Amino acid sequence: MIRIERRLEQPRWLFVAVPVLSIVIAFLFATVVLLATHHPPLHTFRRLFDAAFLDNGALTETFVSATPLMFTGLAAAVAFRMNLFNIGGEGQLYTGAIAGATVALLLAGAPSPLVIAAMILAGAAGGALLAAIPGILRAFFSTNEIITSLMLNYVVALFLDYLIFDSHSYLRDTSGFEASVFPQGKTLPDEATWPSWTIHGVVVPLGAVVAVVLACALWGLYSRTRFGFEVKVIGDSARAGRYAGMRTRRKILAVMCLSGAIAGLGGASQDGDFRHQLDPRGLTQANYGYAGIVVAALARYNPFAVVLIAFLLGGLQNAGFTLQGADFPNGLVGVLQGLILFCALGGELFVRYRVRFDRRQTTTAESAA
Amino acid sequence: MNNSLLVVVLASGIAYGTPLLYAALGELLAERSGVLNLGVEGMMLVGAVMGFWAVQRIHAVTWLALLGAIVVAALASAVLAAVYAFLVVTLRANQIVSGLALTIFAGVAGLSSYLGNDLELAKSPARHQFQEVFPKSWQDLPVVGPILFGQSVLVYASWVCVVLVALYLTRTRFGLNVRAVGESPASADAMGINVTRYRYVHTLAGGAFAGVAGATFSLSITPQWVAGLTQGAGWIAIALVIFSFWRPTLCLVGAYFFGAFTALPFALQGHGVTVAPELFQSLPYVMTVLALVLVSSRAARLRFGAPAALGTPYVREER
Repeated sequence: MIRIERRLEQPRWLFVAVPVLSIVIAFLFATVVLLATHHPPLHTFRRLFDAAFLDNGALTETFVSATPLMFTGLAAAVAFRMNLFNIGGEGQLYTGAIAGATVALLLAGAPSPLVIAAMILAGAAGGALLAAIPGILRAFFSTNEIITSLMLNYVVALFLDYLIFDSHSYLRDTSGFEASVFPQGKTLPDEATWPSWTIHGVVVPLGAVVAVVLACALWGLYSRTRFGFEVKVIGDSARAGRYAGMRTRRKILAVMCLSGAIAGLGGASQDGDFRHQLDPRGLTQANYGYAGIVVAALARYNPFAVVLIAFLLGGLQNAGFTLQGADFPNGLVGVLQGLILFCALGGELFVRYRVRFDRRQTTTAESAA
Repeated sequence: MNNSLLVVVLASGIAYGTPLLYAALGELLAERSGVLNLGVEGMMLVGAVMGFWAVQRIHAVTWLALLGAIVVAALASAVLAAVYAFLVVTLRANQIVSGLALTIFAGVAGLSSYLGNDLELAKSPARHQFQEVFPKSWQDLPVVGPILFGQSVLVYASWVCVVLVALYLTRTRFGLNVRAVGESPASADAMGINVTRYRYVHTLAGGAFAGVAGATFSLSITPQWVAGLTQGAGWIAIALVIFSFWRPTLCLVGAYFFGAFTALPFALQGHGVTVAPELFQSLPYVMTVLALVLVSSRAARLRFGAPAALGTPYVREER
């Protein structure tokens, strides 16, 4: 008879051991999948790893994939820590991108630092505004924020398509003949290009730096301030928070807007760092918002871990793009990401609970993890 | 008369609504047992690819091949649902994150594309596909012809499923037990109902329905395999469950309503009216949010709202 009982104390080493083992087990599963479909596993993993981190320029490309994941990961972590399931990071990133691009076009000709600062603010505001909708609904009508934020993702994605493909909006390029056949966003002015730094041949975009700074700030906010303390209390037990006189509704709205603002920043970074136009196809196909939730879950909502994991998963995603082609198994990256997540989620059990086999009365949780 | 806008929209709304209906019925069963599975899109895609694979490989008369394909699709998605159920029921993982993980694992950039690519399905049209069942003369009847008789057998089977699911939930002991498990697993457990088993069975049933929904795409609506051919229908299905207040009969109405929104822009274009399709496509999502807000008050939630234990794992020791 197997019994699962809650651990009174969660040993620290488990926080490291379980994620690492999860990744190992996920790769074992992936090996089985590859063998079953007649692909050489070691060779495939090697190519994946090379394309993500070792090849010439691989790290630069990995930063391109990882930067938005850092933002959406932090956005999810901030909200999920309070048991507020904002899965609207996707849509909030889009509104951030729309707001950022609009401001960049409006301010064309102004000094570059001003334009960039305005884009950052506008992106954050765009994301926060969208997140405020599920936030208000949750705080004042107790409407489930999971569903509302999810639905809004699709509404905004369609709005994005509308702006570029089915209207003559301010953001659409309507200049030449080519632009009328292949609709695309206006190219943003040069002042709106975010700076980047080249370190040992690796291009580090401003967005990644902003994300790291943000991670530090969020860590401070959640572990060193009263706001963070109250958020954590409400997250663990909303009732306890209310009895202690905390303003739960206000906190819900604040955290939701904060989360949206972070995701919106990711959208502005897409405009300024990488795409230099409002690019609906590119934004919607990448699924940064949903992947960000994965990142946050793997990082157990710790901001620093989010940055690290975003970098690793970004590498994987970048390898998937780079290796796309006839001789590389299509869809492997998604399978691998899913498997890692399955194992990490399953492994979570062994952090919170111990598994006991009744007959022998010995602890086997460690070996089973 | 059969070319009039209303008839065309209704007829194609039913066709487009059918996969939504299947997927939503399955999701409804899972949600009624307290499991919010956000992996519908992924399960649908794997159902679509496996159903399509089966129809290419099974060498039999058309109806047998199609039946086999539906069974294969349902089984494949049920296997995925079993993985999900193991995570969220046995290992008590977070349902939201696990569901998203399932969609990432199985979705456009995952298993469904991997399988589609590896089994080399993208190049060929379906060897068999679902056709209209009724004779041409019936289909030419005014109004009712295209709407009622111009559909494939999957549409009529979905009506049977709606009735069966509705009867199951409201008129059988098992159905009562499921609802108890979804509303208050602790009470259900005290009554001697096996909460774990009920959640497993209904999550798996939900997966099987999602598989059929996927196969509806690859064998009837667009009879071929294209990566990501469901185009977000799985998410609309999740919206539909909420929009129909977790009731199978309302699901039927809602599915055709949502299906009609997909069909309307195309039909309007045929009549020379150009409207941005995004406007209609976004209506299902907007209406779902509004419906959810409407049933958010405490009184309405008890009557029409979500199963009270939706999304929460049941741990006997911690109730």
